[in-house]
Amino acid sequence: MKKGKILEHELVPKHEIMEESEVKELLDTYKIKKEQIPKIKISDAVIKEIKAEVGDVVKITRQSRIAGKYISYRLVTE
Amino acid sequence: MRRVLTAEEKEEVAEELVRAGIEEEIVEQIKEEFIPAELTIEFDELLGMQIEEEYARDIMMMQGRGEEGEVKLGDIELKVNKSKLPERIKGELRKKLRAVRNKLSRRKLDEILNKVVERYEKAKVEPREAVGIVAAQSIGEPGTQMTLRTFHYAGVGAIYITLGLPRIIEIVDARKKPSTPAMKIKLEGEYAADRNKAEELTMEIEETYIRDLGNVEASTEDMSVWVSLKERELKRRHIEREEVEEKLKSIGAGGLVEATEDGKLRIQVQNKFYHELLRLEEKVSNTLVKGIEGIKRAIVRKDADGEYMLYTEGSALKKVMRIEGVDFSRTTTNNIAEIADVLGIEAARNAIIEEMMGTLEEQGLDVDARHVMLIADAMTMDGEVKQIGRHGLAGGKASVLSRAAFEVTVDNLLEAAIHGETDELKGVTENVIVGQPIKLGTGAIELVAR
Repeated sequence: MKKGKILEHELVPKHEIMEESEVKELLDTYKIKKEQIPKIKISDAVIKEIKAEVGDVVKITRQSRIAGKYISYRLVTE
Repeated sequence: MRRVLTAEEKEEVAEELVRAGIEEEIVEQIKEEFIPAELTIEFDELLGMQIEEEYARDIMMMQGRGEEGEVKLGDIELKVNKSKLPERIKGELRKKLRAVRNKLSRRKLDEILNKVVERYEKAKVEPREAVGIVAAQSIGEPGTQMTLRTFHYAGVGAIYITLGLPRIIEIVDARKKPSTPAMKIKLEGEYAADRNKAEELTMEIEETYIRDLGNVEASTEDMSVWVSLKERELKRRHIEREEVEEKLKSIGAGGLVEATEDGKLRIQVQNKFYHELLRLEEKVSNTLVKGIEGIKRAIVRKDADGEYMLYTEGSALKKVMRIEGVDFSRTTTNNIAEIADVLGIEAARNAIIEEMMGTLEEQGLDVDARHVMLIADAMTMDGEVKQIGRHGLAGGKASVLSRAAFEVTVDNLLEAAIHGETDELKGVTENVIVGQPIKLGTGAIELVAR
């Protein structure tokens, strides 16, 4: 299969790896620890495509039925 | 904040405007006079914003106007963009404001925006609201009105799919495979426009075994398996006789395949045992000649946009997406585990929402998507699709009492006792059991004396 093809699928929202500073800002805004963010597996198809590493936080821009656009986060885990 | 732009910044504005699609001549003209005078927005923010072509000019004309000045499209664009509202409300607001633009003043525009933001903030769920319970009830009640056992079919093509309550249960149970796997395959280019092309694709996709092409018989007389292929079936499925022969050789039938004059194929058994003969017969009839394993049937249908697409019985997302003519980006399956595997957890979350909402809507039930979204979020929180139940969400709870209250009470208590578990009494169920106020709604607030 062509590389990156699954990223074009309509069910797959945009995943971006966040910078260290952005992650800190996020954690400070919500006063949470990294472990409290929802998880995504390192073996996840999209994570393999964008080459994220364990401990990275990915920013997910979802298309929502209600809000139109909704930003969510997941922590990459084993 | 009136400030004069540096030459560099002017250049930047000009570039931005050209990029937004404004003619270069106009940009040259206004570049010199431009000052971000009465803009409601900082210069840096303006550069970072995506502005539609037709509004950029308005923005340039918005200098030096008082509060009662007329409202330009650019005003609406800028102010709505800047407000803290979700995208969808912004879109709706923009559309409505544009329609009544002539009757507005800039002050009124601000007023309207403030009111909308205020209403939006009020409509939000309060912190510590028990959203899970509300979601459970909101899906549970309509669930009582659902048909209990339905095998509905997708139109005339008579592909049967489980719908109604059984389907909802299937989704929240996170089954590895649904009881009726099915795919919706969208097509590209001429395949989507031409019915015959689409029909050809169904033949590429539908699994075709030798048993579908004719009779397979085991003869004890000469200890061999006879395959008589039907000409009509071969033609319909665009398969050559030689292809079948090749396939038979490749399954390791010992090279004892021969074509006889009357068009039959004969495969001899190597060692002449009866059970070997039967095994060979089985193997021959189950040899895949063409198509994708798991796709039992495919039919062509016209979708709402007038494009031809395929509905299949059986699902094999990974293989189907490699087929030429298939528009992979819009092709889906009702097998959520398969989507999680091929497209990742976020796609699985979307699939759960789409499948549940689709099932509810098909039954004529109007459930707010946010309840379903919450369920999908909870199911995919840990990076894999978890069921709602003993082996998933409920079973993974930290509290012993909460688990015991859900299902298999004795087992849970016994296990907990053996391992010496403690209950922190942090959740709702545990506190109800021991008779303490629960940390929800007003119960979440504590007074501290100083």
